[in-house]
Amino acid sequence: MKTQTPRFLFISVSLISMAAIGYEILLMRLLSIVQWHHFAYMIISLALLGYGASGTFIALSKRLIIPHFALAFSVGAVLFSVSMIICFALGQRVPFNALEIVWDSRQVLYLLLMYLVFFVPFFFAATCICLAFTCLKEHIARIYFFDLLGAGAGALTIIAALFLMSPQYALRLLAVFALAASALVVSGVASPLRNRLLLAQGGFFIALLLFLPPNWPDFRISQFKGQSQALQVVDTRVLGQYSNPLGLLTVVESPTIPFRDAPGLSLNTQSEPPAQLAIFTDGDAMSVITRFDGNLNSLAYMDDVTAALPYRLLDRPRVLVLGAGGGTDVLFAVYHGARVIDAVELNPLVTKLVGETHADFAGNLYDDDRINVYVDEARSFVTRSADQYDLIQVALLDSFAASGAGVQALSESYLYTVEAIEEYLRHVAPGGMLAITRWLKVPPRDTMKLFATVIEALRREGAAEPGQSIALIRSWNTSTLLVKKGNLSGQEIEIIREFCDINAFDTAFYPSMPASEANRYNVLDRPFLFEGAMALSGYGAAEYFERYKFQIEPATDDKPYFFHFFKWRTLPELLSLRKRGGAGLIEWGYLVLVATLIQAILAGALLILFPLCVIKRNWPSGAGKRMGAYFFILGLAFLFVEMAFIQKLVLFLGHPLYSVAVVLSGFLTFAGLGSGYSQKLVQRYRGRRLLLVAYAVTGIVSVALVYLFLLPDLFDRLIGQPDAAKIVIALLLIAPLAFCMGMPFPIGLGTVARKAPDFVPWAWGINGYASVVSASLGTLLAIEFGFTVVILLSLGLYVMAAVVANTGTIFRLPPSDP
Amino acid sequence: MNLFKKIYRSKAAIFILLATASFVIRADDMQYALDRAAMVAEIERYARLTGDRTGDQAFNKPVMRSMASVRRHEFVPDAKKRFAYENRPLPIGFGQTISQPYIVALMTDLIEPDSDDVVLEIGTGSGYQAAILSRLVKSVYTIEIIKPLAENATARLQRLGFENVTTRLGDGYYGWAEHAPFDAIVVTAAASHVPPHLVKQLRPGGRMVIPVGGRFMTQQLLLIEKTETGEVKTRQVIPVIFVPLTGAH
Repeated sequence: MKTQTPRFLFISVSLISMAAIGYEILLMRLLSIVQWHHFAYMIISLALLGYGASGTFIALSKRLIIPHFALAFSVGAVLFSVSMIICFALGQRVPFNALEIVWDSRQVLYLLLMYLVFFVPFFFAATCICLAFTCLKEHIARIYFFDLLGAGAGALTIIAALFLMSPQYALRLLAVFALAASALVVSGVASPLRNRLLLAQGGFFIALLLFLPPNWPDFRISQFKGQSQALQVVDTRVLGQYSNPLGLLTVVESPTIPFRDAPGLSLNTQSEPPAQLAIFTDGDAMSVITRFDGNLNSLAYMDDVTAALPYRLLDRPRVLVLGAGGGTDVLFAVYHGARVIDAVELNPLVTKLVGETHADFAGNLYDDDRINVYVDEARSFVTRSADQYDLIQVALLDSFAASGAGVQALSESYLYTVEAIEEYLRHVAPGGMLAITRWLKVPPRDTMKLFATVIEALRREGAAEPGQSIALIRSWNTSTLLVKKGNLSGQEIEIIREFCDINAFDTAFYPSMPASEANRYNVLDRPFLFEGAMALSGYGAAEYFERYKFQIEPATDDKPYFFHFFKWRTLPELLSLRKRGGAGLIEWGYLVLVATLIQAILAGALLILFPLCVIKRNWPSGAGKRMGAYFFILGLAFLFVEMAFIQKLVLFLGHPLYSVAVVLSGFLTFAGLGSGYSQKLVQRYRGRRLLLVAYAVTGIVSVALVYLFLLPDLFDRLIGQPDAAKIVIALLLIAPLAFCMGMPFPIGLGTVARKAPDFVPWAWGINGYASVVSASLGTLLAIEFGFTVVILLSLGLYVMAAVVANTGTIFRLPPSDP
Repeated sequence: MNLFKKIYRSKAAIFILLATASFVIRADDMQYALDRAAMVAEIERYARLTGDRTGDQAFNKPVMRSMASVRRHEFVPDAKKRFAYENRPLPIGFGQTISQPYIVALMTDLIEPDSDDVVLEIGTGSGYQAAILSRLVKSVYTIEIIKPLAENATARLQRLGFENVTTRLGDGYYGWAEHAPFDAIVVTAAASHVPPHLVKQLRPGGRMVIPVGGRFMTQQLLLIEKTETGEVKTRQVIPVIFVPLTGAH
């Protein structure tokens, strides 16, 4: 039976895709606020299995549903709309505590419950689209085109929406899109149910806009996040809450028991920090605005922290602060008499808080003529800058808790790569310095890796003895690394030693440092930092990397995972020490990623493959495996390329958000166009689909290979262009690649629809399954092997897809319906 | 007669009920005691495996006696009572936790408590650490910044008879000058720096211990020692034997 195409169906498909991808991005935001981002990632990756499961559902129930396609689509869309909101409210009520998962096995059950809740909306969204594919076989490429187009627009829309409205309203906006999709389709249906459905939609629409309280569903932020804990303290209160796609900022005041953030403050100090306001990002990651009344004496504590070291060596320097945060590091430079201070901050809202909203509290710091504040991504700012500085200071912006629990293992950071250090050093004037302060963990991880990174950067820049220009000091919880442009003099070394003696800090490295000086005030079991620094600055680096139980090899732009310290070899030992206080040494972030991958593989098999296996198959034996392989490979490869591109463009576009928005919308839109074009090609070259797949794959491989070699150079040349021009350039670069990548899937699916129509839900399910697996697999591969390898691998997969197609079963099957 | 029978029966019923209840309560108590003994045995086993940082192969006996005598289940919320003697941290509400018993024992051991000592604790929480210290030292002063926790802990410590513990709601940053100097200070959660006032209020020869890390995972213990001459040094102790390097040079 042929299903008639309902009016506005293609637009509805677009709207559903738009809302679905928007929901995915928004959910990532929302769950990062109430939980932690790596668990958000874990939950969403599994929820996406709803996509795969919808294929199974359609395969099992198609006889019932297909005759009522339009109604089913419309009901599915309404359910999608309602469940988006309900499930977020419900999901927050699950008492899941990520931090307790090591100790309490019930947390795993709660986690499962979270999956189940968030699975629902994706299931309904995907069911609508899969229905369209299954019922309107002759329009597959067109549906795919509108599906991708909608998804592309969805990525852009949600990011724009998050700039304009609160996350709660953004959620409602998405629900309205899904409602509109439903209304459009059902309006053309001649069924007695039509009016009731329209009425229900109208009711829900009005409820969304008029009756729901503005902050519903409210955020139930985990009680173990910094913000929740701060708010328990007597008399604390929230002064304001601000949101954009970069995060939810909450400003908290604690008049009775003030915030006193002063990392690395000497134990010998007689001073204390003045009152501070806390800025929490997503309920955690505290940054502070320090009260300043123009009296520098109130900031005397700033003399007694490890980060003060460079100012002992430089007179009235011209300073660049990377990561201005709440402005305390800028104030720090003011206190130490900097001549000029350029400060870079990623989040415009944070700058506004210091410069406008709480300007009085901050002593109108940003009105000072010596200070220039730039809203920009730090690395990108430095690359574009033509200035030279006496001091470049990389601020300590992440919180110790985040740094300690290894939750950042999955986040890329282009601040601490070898290339970044090279770039900073190029902007340091002769005799000037680069200073980086990090939290110090025991056993050392960040500091050790940073030291190795600096040594590698200096070597690449041609330094024969890189150790001659480096000094490293530490307190009990921070380390400050100094890299001088030129060799450190004897006099400078004397000043460093004296500074450390006064403050009971330890010197961990300086040129020709005697071993007897290490480990005097803050005693570790062994002078690990000194020993490590000696080995890494000499010729024993390779052996030391190998012997160290954490991963401390330098991060590069190709593997920008500075916070990844996990080594499999160390895991059994740490697990056996878990109950004896060893749990804190395990780098959990990486393990969560591995768990995400394993659960995706298992749950996918259970939810998608197993049910499909037991249903009746109506295609020639042996064909299924190859068809399945084809769609699985395409799912993996598409996301690998997309992920790698997001990474490659972060530096060029200067902002991770721009990169995500441009890459997602660019890839989806141009892949959509490619898909639409493939339908024309198929009609023109009937019977030669195999060749079309081969052409598309050739296109993908050649464009990607050219990019691999050309892009770094091209980006270097064009990075100084204005943002808008760079976005256009990025889109133009994405266009040919994505256009070709949009073809193999609809060509394959169209063929399957004609020759083995029962396989369509299978193809959709398997492809969805592969996309879920590829998200975590891609990150794991990038951490281990770098993005270049991920791209090469994806190209290999595309070639494999062409080979699988060529070996016959899909494209050489006789048509099932004459 | 009937009335008499009724009264008699109901009395009998009440008696049976009371007897059963007391039996259940006693059974509960016995179970808790058994669990506590098992917990102490586990901590001792781990201590032997780890080796004390002072070079001994076990925690000080008085510390372990105190661990064996304090009824930890009285310090955890009802819903968590059945896990009270498991060697793991437990949430106690308000985003706070009662520490893992092994870490409590280790921290207590590190400050080398003496029966004449006056100890300051910053962060009362449930009151468990103060209770453990109470059996080992002369007096314990403890400050909590979260009001309901401070109130609950005060009531609990009083009810359980820990009379040498004095609690206060307030800011721990400035210590407790009236009772200073202290022979030992226990800070239950690390901040970005060690408050200078606490260092001042530590008696020469005294020790301060601070766990560093998240609420559910202690990464290291910071031990601050003030020498007789007033010089301050720290030792950073990870709770386990873990050498970050493998193999020989």
